[in-house]
Amino acid sequence: MSPMGPAPAGSPQVRSLNCPGCGASLTVRSFGNAVTIICESCHSVLDAQDPKLKILQQFHAATIEDRPLIPLGSRGSIRGVLYEAIGFQRRTIQVEGVSYSWHEYVLFNPVKGFRYLTEYDGHWNDISILRALPDLSAGGATLKYLGETYRHFQTADAATAFVLGEFPWQVRVGEITRVSDFISPPRVISSESSGKEVTWSIGEYLSCRDVWKAFKLQGDPPAPIGIYENQPSPMSSNVKSVWTMAGVFLILLLSLAVGVYWMESDEQVFEQMFEFNSSAGGEASFVTPVFQLKGRTSDVELTTNAGVDNDWIYLNYALINQDTGHAYDFGREVSYYHGYDSDGSWSEGKTSNSVTIPSVPPGNYYLRVEPESDSNRGLIRYVVTVKRDVPQASFFGIALLALLVPAGLITWRSLNFEHLRWAESDYGGMPGDGSLLGMVENIADSMKSSGDGE
Amino acid sequence: MTQPTANCPNCGAKITFRWSGSVQTVCEFCRSILIRTDLDLQKVGQVADLPLNSSPIQIGAEGVFGKRAFSVIGRIIYEYDQGNWNEWHFVTNDGTSGWLSDAQLNYVVTFPASDQKLPRECKIGQQYTWGNQTYIVSTITKAHYCGVEGELPFQYWDKSDVVFIDLMSHSEKFATIDYSEDPPLLFLGESVEFNDLKLKNLRSFEGWS
Repeated sequence: MSPMGPAPAGSPQVRSLNCPGCGASLTVRSFGNAVTIICESCHSVLDAQDPKLKILQQFHAATIEDRPLIPLGSRGSIRGVLYEAIGFQRRTIQVEGVSYSWHEYVLFNPVKGFRYLTEYDGHWNDISILRALPDLSAGGATLKYLGETYRHFQTADAATAFVLGEFPWQVRVGEITRVSDFISPPRVISSESSGKEVTWSIGEYLSCRDVWKAFKLQGDPPAPIGIYENQPSPMSSNVKSVWTMAGVFLILLLSLAVGVYWMESDEQVFEQMFEFNSSAGGEASFVTPVFQLKGRTSDVELTTNAGVDNDWIYLNYALINQDTGHAYDFGREVSYYHGYDSDGSWSEGKTSNSVTIPSVPPGNYYLRVEPESDSNRGLIRYVVTVKRDVPQASFFGIALLALLVPAGLITWRSLNFEHLRWAESDYGGMPGDGSLLGMVENIADSMKSSGDGE
Repeated sequence: MTQPTANCPNCGAKITFRWSGSVQTVCEFCRSILIRTDLDLQKVGQVADLPLNSSPIQIGAEGVFGKRAFSVIGRIIYEYDQGNWNEWHFVTNDGTSGWLSDAQLNYVVTFPASDQKLPRECKIGQQYTWGNQTYIVSTITKAHYCGVEGELPFQYWDKSDVVFIDLMSHSEKFATIDYSEDPPLLFLGESVEFNDLKLKNLRSFEGWS
């Protein structure tokens, strides 16, 4: 009770009244805030501000009646505040001759005021009225609110098709308002204008499970169909984290590469020039002097530089451990051809060839070499160089690929999600010029938004 | 603060003023509208039954706006085609008079602004700048006064139709032009979140604890 004596209109109480249309009992749940109340029995639209509940409109809803998924009168906690569902309406838009409908729930708390939930094909949004005006861009393609950019998604004329319960404004079936949505998933900013006045609201995507949990509803929520305009992409946060991870690993990889290049000795253990007389015929194989592989087990790189000129030489090699007799057999061809034809000069092959033998244990080794070429080619000179502990760039290439392939894949899936989202917009596709750059910008936007939301 | 007292010229009940600047008050017992003159109180009217209204705020409620504490000492109720709203009159602890508007539980705090050039009439979407802040006309409301309660900083009891122009901004700054006077009055302030006002001594609601 007020310390000032009798309060002017008494303490607010839940009013129980009777519908002047059908006599059914009505409960006024939002106290004096209700402006319009719709009888659940006969669908009379009543003036809640009038003590006699004057009938403002009667509509027949037998064939198009909707049952609220959240029963009116049920209470649920939204972002820590208890609200009661007091009103329900269906609104319909026409796009290219097809009508689409969504449902709106009016939520009420006696001190915090009104809040709204919308539901379309199982997708939910938590909506409140904006207290500041967004900054609309000159062309109306984007708007800025609290430093965040929202892109225009859709503008349509929404008609109120069905109403039930209480509303804090004058609601009528058949009333049309122009609704524009601007998105920055998981948020959406909407403008609603009827005549001159514009009301701005902000919505945030709610999972249907959260709605069910908040209002303790029975059973399972209807599964969301398709992708909704401001539904957060399950991929966009992944895109961000996968690229962050790829970046971290890339830095690790690079420092590893630098470390490896610095650590690896790249030590030359053998080099010698040989001559092969292809005209001589007969057994050409020979063995080299013994050379020592010191230190730890490492790779061994054998390079053949041959003086071939429109010519080839094939070398059968065996790297043999003198102590154990273990042999690594391999063959390399060095060929180099060049010439001049109607297309200009051409060349094929080169005069050197390298091969890497991985994981060769230390010890005393020698090479057995058996050269081959076309007979009667004359003398071919070649130099054999053996190095141990040689850094391998190819390993880093493979690691890089292993990093970039999943990142690319997730990015592609995210693009695909955005593509499906924007297919439902007024533009029938993603905004921008459709170029790769535009798509990357969109991804960057969605990444930024998902980052803000965390 | 001194609390001047007097007796109701209609029923004799004791009238206590909570704010020395109050010009008008309503007797809590007989609901006479009383105007303060140099000598005594003068009855100028009678408050009819107030409309159904469920603002959680009431006279005696206390809150905080920014760093200033305030207490609610009066109100004006207006009616328009979408229902009614309350302009709660408060005084801050430094003696400034201001207004806490509750329009269907949307809360705005404003203070009277010093002389500014005000438009005679304007259209929705028009922009005005007062004190380096740009405001945009968002609603034009034709309302009529339908009741008063408690202490007010001016005489307010025989008004009929009043035009209000509300202006929003790209921040939460808010402005209202009140055309009940000539020249019109400008109020500047901001749209506020209920919790930020840290209100105490509110009404309770049946079924809501």
